[in-house]
Amino acid sequence: MLEVRGLTKRFGGLLAVNEASLDVSEGEIVGLIGPNGAGKTTLFAMVSGFHKPDAGSVRFQGEEITGLSPHVLAGRGLTRTFQIVQPFAGVTVRENIAVGAHLRHRGRREALATAEAVAERVGMREMLDNPADSLTVAGRKRLEVAKALATEPRLLLFDEVLAGLNPSEIRDILPLIRSLRDGGITILMIEHVMQAVMSLCDRAYVLNNGAIIASGDTRAVASDPAVIEAYLGHGAAQRLRAAPAEAAADA
Amino acid sequence: MRGYRSIIAVAVILALIPLVVTSNLWLNIAFTALLACLLGQGWNILGGYAGQFSFGHAVFFGTGAYVTAIVMTTTGINPWAAFVLGIGGGALVGAAIGFLVFRYGLRGSYFALVTLAFAEVFRVLANTMAITGGGSGLVVASNLRPEIFQQTSRLGAYAVAAVLVVGVLFITRALENSRTGAYFVAIRENEDAARALGVDPFGFKLRAIVLSAAITAMGGALYVQVFPYIDAPLMYGPRYSVEALLVPIIGGMGTVFGPLLGAVVLHLLAEAATMVTGDIAGLNLVLYGLVLVLMVRFLPRGLIGLFDPRVPKARLPLPRIAGRRRREAGDA
Repeated sequence: MLEVRGLTKRFGGLLAVNEASLDVSEGEIVGLIGPNGAGKTTLFAMVSGFHKPDAGSVRFQGEEITGLSPHVLAGRGLTRTFQIVQPFAGVTVRENIAVGAHLRHRGRREALATAEAVAERVGMREMLDNPADSLTVAGRKRLEVAKALATEPRLLLFDEVLAGLNPSEIRDILPLIRSLRDGGITILMIEHVMQAVMSLCDRAYVLNNGAIIASGDTRAVASDPAVIEAYLGHGAAQRLRAAPAEAAADA
Repeated sequence: MRGYRSIIAVAVILALIPLVVTSNLWLNIAFTALLACLLGQGWNILGGYAGQFSFGHAVFFGTGAYVTAIVMTTTGINPWAAFVLGIGGGALVGAAIGFLVFRYGLRGSYFALVTLAFAEVFRVLANTMAITGGGSGLVVASNLRPEIFQQTSRLGAYAVAAVLVVGVLFITRALENSRTGAYFVAIRENEDAARALGVDPFGFKLRAIVLSAAITAMGGALYVQVFPYIDAPLMYGPRYSVEALLVPIIGGMGTVFGPLLGAVVLHLLAEAATMVTGDIAGLNLVLYGLVLVLMVRFLPRGLIGLFDPRVPKARLPLPRIAGRRRREAGDA
C-alpha cells in the first residue's frame, strides 16, 4: 500500500533522513521506532507531503505521490497526526472533528453528524461541546486521532499518539487503535512506548541517524544488537548479554 | 438553519431607527456607522474568520470607490451597474493581491505589512494618474437621481446602507454554516493541522480575500453614491484601513454581529469626542489608535467576547521573539 524508496532529506549540513526505504501492506500496523532525533518525524513529514524530499520516492496504492501537497494526499486517503498535538483551539471538539469530516462531506449538517459518529467511536461523546483547549493531554491525543479518522483515511500516520499519556490512559487507547485496523485502516506509527509497539505492531522499522538500521518482526527487532546499541550506546548489547551471566556468577 | 432570526431582529431595529432619529445630523452619523460596519464586515471575513490580519483594507475600499466613480464619469452608465462594477473591481484587486501574497505563503506580520504597502502604492498611483483625477480627485455628482440609486437625502443613504449591512449579515451567517466557513476558521486556528485534514490553505485564503475585498469595495462604491467627491489621501489613506480592522476588534472578531456592534460603539465614541473637543483634523485617528491599544490590551475578545468565550482573541500580528512555539514540521 505504501512504498518508500531511498527517501533523503538534508537540512543544511545535517542529513536528517538518509535513503530510508520501507513498505506497509494493506491491513498492517507497522511501527517506526528509533532514538530521539533519528529523523522519524522528518520521514513522516516527507511521506505526508509537508516536506519535499531531496531524493527518493513515495508510492501510495500503486501511484507516485512524491512531493504532493498534504491536502491532496488527505484527499487520496493518507492522513497524518502530529506529535505536538494541533487542535483548532478556539472551537469545540465537534467543530474540530467536523473539519476532517468535511473532506468527504460537503454539507455542514452531514459533516457535524459524521463528527458525532467519530467522537462516539473514539470515546469523546461527552466532550463534543467542550472547547478543544479545555481538554486534558489524553483528550487532545484522542482528538488528534478523531480529526484524522474523520477524513476517512485508508492509511493513517500516527506520530507518537501515546507520548505523554500515563499507563492507564495508554491501556485505554490501545483497543481503539486495534479497532481502527480491524475497521480496514492501515496504520504506520511512530512510537516510543515499547510496550505498546510490542502489543500493537506486526512489524517495525528502526531509524537511527536518518537511516533504517533494522526491520522485521517486532520482537526480533527489539532484541537486535544494533537496535539496542542505537538506544543505549556502543557496547551496550554485549554488556546486556553479559549482565545475566555475571549475575549468575555473583550468586 | 439556526441563527437567522437574530439577523431579522437586527433588520427590524435598523428599519425602526429612522422613525426615532429624524435629524439629518444623526442620520448622517448612523450612515457613517453603517458604512464602517460594511468595511468591518469585509475585514472580518478575512481577518476574523480566516485569521489573515490585513492593515490595508483601504485598498479595496478605495478601489470600489474609484472604479464606481470612473465608470460613472466616463461612460455615464446607470449607477446601479457602476456600483456592481465597483464591487467587481475590488474583488479583482483582492484576487490579485491574494494570489501574490498567499502564493508565497506570507502570514502574520508579513501579510499585514504587504497589505499596508499595497494600500500605499494604490494611494500614490491614484494621486498621480490622470484617470483618477490625480491630486485633485474626482467629482461624480452631476444630476443626482435617487430613483437610480444616487442618494440626495440622508434617509435614502441610510436605507441603502442598512439593506446592504443586513445582506452581508446573512452572507456571513451562511458562511458560518458552510464548509468554506469551517475551513476559514481551521486555517485561522492552525494552518498545518488544516492542511493535514485536506484543506488547501491557498485556495481558501484566496476565497476569503476575494469575498472580503468585494464586501469592503461595496462600502467604497456606496460612499461615492453618497459623498460624490473622492480623493486619494482619504480613500486609500490609513483612516479606512484602521476603521476596517478596529470595528470588528471592538465588537468581536469572527462573529456575525461584531462589526455592527463595533461600528456603532466606535462612532458614538467618535461623536462624543468631537462634541468635547470640537472638530480637530486627525483627532479621529488618535482616538482610533487609543481604542485599538485599549481593546487589544484589556478586551481582546471584543464586546461580544464578554458573553461568548469562543470569540477569538485579537492579537496584533507582531513577530513573537520569546516563547515562539516550535514548528511541528521542522522537528526531526
